Amino acid sequence: MVVFYRRMPKMDYMRPESIEEVLDLLAEEETGRYKIYAGGTDVIPKIKKRVMSPPQILIDLKGIKGLDYVDYDKKEGLRIGALASVRSVAESWIVKEKYPILSQASDSIASIQVRNRATIAGNICNAVPSADSAPALLTLDAELKCVSKRGERTIVINDFFKAPGATGLEPHEILKEIYFPALNENTKGIYIKLSPRSRMDLAVVGVAVLGTVENGLIKSVRIGLGAVAPVPIRALNAEALLAGSKIDDQIINDAAKTAALESKPIDDHRASAEYRRMMVEVLVRRGLKNIITNQFL
Amino acid sequence: MEKKKIRFTINGKRCEMEIKPWQTLLELIREDLKLTGTKEGCGEGECGSCTVIMGGRTVNSCLVPAMEADKQEILTIEGLSKGDKLHPIQEAFVEHSGMQCGFCTSGMIMSAKALLDENTDPSREEIREGISGNLCRCTGYAKIFESISAAAHAMKGEK
Repeated sequence: MVVFYRRMPKMDYMRPESIEEVLDLLAEEETGRYKIYAGGTDVIPKIKKRVMSPPQILIDLKGIKGLDYVDYDKKEGLRIGALASVRSVAESWIVKEKYPILSQASDSIASIQVRNRATIAGNICNAVPSADSAPALLTLDAELKCVSKRGERTIVINDFFKAPGATGLEPHEILKEIYFPALNENTKGIYIKLSPRSRMDLAVVGVAVLGTVENGLIKSVRIGLGAVAPVPIRALNAEALLAGSKIDDQIINDAAKTAALESKPIDDHRASAEYRRMMVEVLVRRGLKNIITNQFL
Repeated sequence: MEKKKIRFTINGKRCEMEIKPWQTLLELIREDLKLTGTKEGCGEGECGSCTVIMGGRTVNSCLVPAMEADKQEILTIEGLSKGDKLHPIQEAFVEHSGMQCGFCTSGMIMSAKALLDENTDPSREEIREGISGNLCRCTGYAKIFESISAAAHAMKGEK
């Protein structure tokens, strides 16, 4: 049983003003001394519920200036700073125009109050299998710019999720920026979230489909699945089946079935594994049809 | 652990206080400032009854460390009325019975305020969206939509 305490345990609070300061703190980190947070919408409830052991000092990253950008360049692509709120991403006109799948996924997260505080960076660092931004990021081939005292490195989103709640980030490392390569103008995408409530609910299944169709052939397609495996995954077999194929109902049905077989859902209070697997098939089919129809309009 | 000093503005009043660094904004508002109009429901960001406006945006105050209030401007339900005169949104909630038990009402009104500040003529769908982070367990949503809609009209009439 989870004991729900309504108060946070005693701890101190710091608000460093630069990434360097944060990295200095983390470098001297003994286990559990610090916990960094951006929006706090996942970290604070976890600390309250004691599912995360309380740190001695909570480090608020929002003191760092200039890390809340959402920048787009036609050639370069999109860059989102680690402190950009989910709402600023969801409502950014350039994201709506160039990466609507990301805008949709961001907009489907929790509530306005949460989106005002939460960040996309935090959403993926929290690494729950149902994170709404994750399937979209997987299909967009996002690259995660991480920084530690040892320097910067890039982790591709496909290698980022390790297990529920676990990522490829080192303990002394922070995620600084999420980069999205520029998309082909014909590329279309959609994120479909299945949940009993349309807002303020977690995905029972989340499916992101992104692809390009030319002359009736599927030039490229990527399928991201959320909440149906220990980590958000790509349906690589389904993608391979579709790549280069001529579009017809048969291939779409086969791909949807293949994606369902690739998922590894669990039974829980939200849905049974069987139902989730069936819904992967339905939603992948729906997603594929949607991006194909859009392309012929 | 020692207390820390923060400065902020709440409902137009400047404040300087020493607070415990581990307390939430909600505790600061309810327990230190005794502004008990803001309610604590779930305590984990699901229900929206602790909604206040910080820096022009709605937040669940139960999820905000109070230290973050430093240099911020905060608006709670107590800051809406002008003396004895209720805010048009409050008027509309009274007029249209936008509440039953009233526990969600402060949060609902703060979300409605943020919505109407940005959108003076919201559609029913936009109102639904605007209060999607606020739960009402008396299931009085229909009356709440009516109240917000009426408030939007009243506020336009005033301007």
